[in-house]
Amino acid sequence: MHELGIVFSAIDTLEEVGREGSLSSISSVTLELGEVSGVVDSYLLDCWRWAADRSDLLRGSELLIKAAPAVSVCDACGRTYPTVEHGRVCPYCQSADTELLTGRQIEILEVVAT
Amino acid sequence: MAGKTDEFKVIEVKRSVFDANDRQADELRDELRSRGLFLVNLMSSPGSGKTTTLRRTIERLRDEMSIAVLEADIDSDVDARTVAAAGVRAIQLHTGGMCHLDAGMTRQGLESLDTEGIDLAFLENVGNLVCPAEFDTGASRNAMILSVPEGDDKPLKYPLMFEVSDVVLINKIDVMPYFDFDMDACRTNILARNPEATIIPLCAKTGEGVDAWCQWLRDGVEAWRA
Ligand SMILES: Nc1nc2c(ncn2[C@@H]2O[C@H](COP(=O)(O)OP(=O)(O)OP(=O)(O)O)[C@@H](O)[C@H]2O)c(=O)[nH]1
Ligand SMILES: [Mg+2]
Ligand SMILES: [Zn+2]
Repeated sequence: MHELGIVFSAIDTLEEVGREGSLSSISSVTLELGEVSGVVDSYLLDCWRWAADRSDLLRGSELLIKAAPAVSVCDACGRTYPTVEHGRVCPYCQSADTELLTGRQIEILEVVAT
Repeated sequence: MAGKTDEFKVIEVKRSVFDANDRQADELRDELRSRGLFLVNLMSSPGSGKTTTLRRTIERLRDEMSIAVLEADIDSDVDARTVAAAGVRAIQLHTGGMCHLDAGMTRQGLESLDTEGIDLAFLENVGNLVCPAEFDTGASRNAMILSVPEGDDKPLKYPLMFEVSDVVLINKIDVMPYFDFDMDACRTNILARNPEATIIPLCAKTGEGVDAWCQWLRDGVEAWRA
């Protein structure tokens, strides 16, 4: 399952953050989730509860999800547009020569340590 | 400040969730380079022909180099047995139900398989076009197989997989007449996602195109040692 792998990976990264900052416990983690990251929030939260409670550093911690919009840029006319609404075709010039600028990220923004 | 026990500290992190894995993968890759072991991470959808392609490849190359295979499967060892029957060192990795391999699992696999004297190793990743693309295994190169029945639009639907793959094998070209698979459109779609990708059409069943793939591997092994 996709979300479980992501949670395990996030926990590894957070445990590194914990060691680097000599943190003994983290009470909340804010994650930025791109709109086209392919992650389902509710699955991620379920996996988080299960896995975080098995880590001394993260037991009981809350996962806060901040959604980030996906934005594409058109290589033909240079304009940007919301990816989810228009897909691969530029709504201004109808070119299919477009690229995703942002929206796939799964990033740990901040943690609250206690 | 000192002595207070009810302090909350907000710490800015700004790191990808894959950060720890990415670092472990880079460390593994550096070690593989210094040992001269060329590790290829082979990814695809289930059933697109990873094991069949590996068997063909082993037949062609086993007299010129020492080969090993790490098979990842959620829970069976059929592929490891098939490959071992082709005469190379093979082990089954246990992914613990996970949909991908990460750098830690790859390292463990390599440690439990004796890789002394091995020139070329393959990692048959879990059949899936999403998760394996996100988790760097630490392999020297990423290879993926797209088989004809899956369709020429897959690069549009799974862009990340095609972006991270150094080489894309288009397998099962023998069945092209039965599917409306457009090879030129497929190439265009792959190169739009990854202009650097090497594309090799092949048929693992008959061996057609396997020469070009084996040459890619020989060049890779040589360049990895240089
Ligand atoms: N027609 C045709 N069939 C092929 C070719 N290559 C593989 N197959 C068949 O496709 C099926 C799946 O092949 P495998 O090599 O087991 O595929 P895989 O990717 O290892 O599958 P998993 O490990 O289960 O994900 C088998 O029945 C193969 O015989 C090919 O080039 N042409
Ligand atoms: Mg297989
Ligand atoms: Zn445009």
